[in-house]
Amino acid sequence: MSKLFSDKTKEVFLGPLSKNNPIAVQVLGICSALAVTAKLEPAIVMGLSVTIILAFSNVIISLLRNTIPNRIRIIVQLVVVAALVTVVSEILKAFAYDVSVQLSVYIGLIITNCILMGRLEAFAMSNRPWESFIDGLGNGLGYAWILVVVAFFRELLGAGTLFGLQIIPQSFYEAGYVNNGLMVMPPMALILVAVIIWVHRSINKELQEK
Amino acid sequence: MENIVSIFVKSIFVDNMVFAFFLGMCSYLAVSKNVKTSMGLGLAVVFVLGITLPINYLLENYVLKEGALAWISPSLATLDLSYLSFILFIAVIAAIVQLVEMVVEKVSPSLYASLGIFLPLIAVNCAIMGGSLFMQQRQFVNIGEATSYALGSGVGFWLAIIGLAAIREKMAYSDVFPALRGLGITFITVALMAMAFMSFSGLKI
Repeated sequence: MSKLFSDKTKEVFLGPLSKNNPIAVQVLGICSALAVTAKLEPAIVMGLSVTIILAFSNVIISLLRNTIPNRIRIIVQLVVVAALVTVVSEILKAFAYDVSVQLSVYIGLIITNCILMGRLEAFAMSNRPWESFIDGLGNGLGYAWILVVVAFFRELLGAGTLFGLQIIPQSFYEAGYVNNGLMVMPPMALILVAVIIWVHRSINKELQEK
Repeated sequence: MENIVSIFVKSIFVDNMVFAFFLGMCSYLAVSKNVKTSMGLGLAVVFVLGITLPINYLLENYVLKEGALAWISPSLATLDLSYLSFILFIAVIAAIVQLVEMVVEKVSPSLYASLGIFLPLIAVNCAIMGGSLFMQQRQFVNIGEATSYALGSGVGFWLAIIGLAAIREKMAYSDVFPALRGLGITFITVALMAMAFMSFSGLKI
């Protein structure tokens, strides 16, 4: 076990969760992060799908890294990712149809999610399969937790529910509490991500831009 | 004809790629530091969307959709290849981008120089792929509508990125909280622009 989790792989795994977070620091994969976070359930499904696809495409590209000709590597990467995304999309359609309808085109858009291309180019093309797998897991989870946080606040404040169950008690509404309709609109997702970045950079001062 | 114009206007303002669907956000945030480069990226997106989306439309309707292969032989009429659409669409986009790059380099070196590194990057721009996937959902009746949707979405992206670049150029002189500087304040700016664009959503065309 000691060899499986050496210091390097531990750093590869933990880095993307905070100091090197794909959304807050590397600015990758913003599109889907914003679009699927109006409710908690699709956000979690999306986060898990991206994590799985990222981990496995990292492994596949890492295995192929010495045989891919440099000039056509982008097409090879895209095809590997597209194949994995198709598998995940068909599985979702079969076992979680409602969620796959809510996610609509954004499952297909995982193909062009910059996290995938970014990690494949920056990591999998120059590292061994096991480390690439860990890197994929770390980055996927780093992406997923931001999605979950944003979706938590948007669903709680925008609809008063979590996972579709009512959380804010009925007596609040009777006392005059109103759901914040703006929260379910697209712009609030941007503002919530901005707030996460703000908090994140206030804690990690070395990340601040001049 | 009327339909084509209304699709065009709607895809620029109401269903804006960036503000309503967050497509192409990555390059949108990364390349919008000054107006000149964002002009290049914006034009490249209009260009590539305008070419790839009609091609994918033809693919969808004559190869992928259920019964689409009936024009080859009636026995193929029950075939449904739509599970192949992700792979085919992305292959078309990547190939076209490569092709466009070569043609532009040969025909117009000045345009090539101004588009620069953005052309190859566009293959992985979600706005392009997203355009094709939305086309699949909306079921346009003919290729004219699909093309006008493509051009409208491209122009919407172009408008959005130029607007943001202009604001960011001005913002370089402002005194922002250290922790919000750069990325954070850009997100908030985009949010405010998106709210402004929300006012178009009542538009009836």
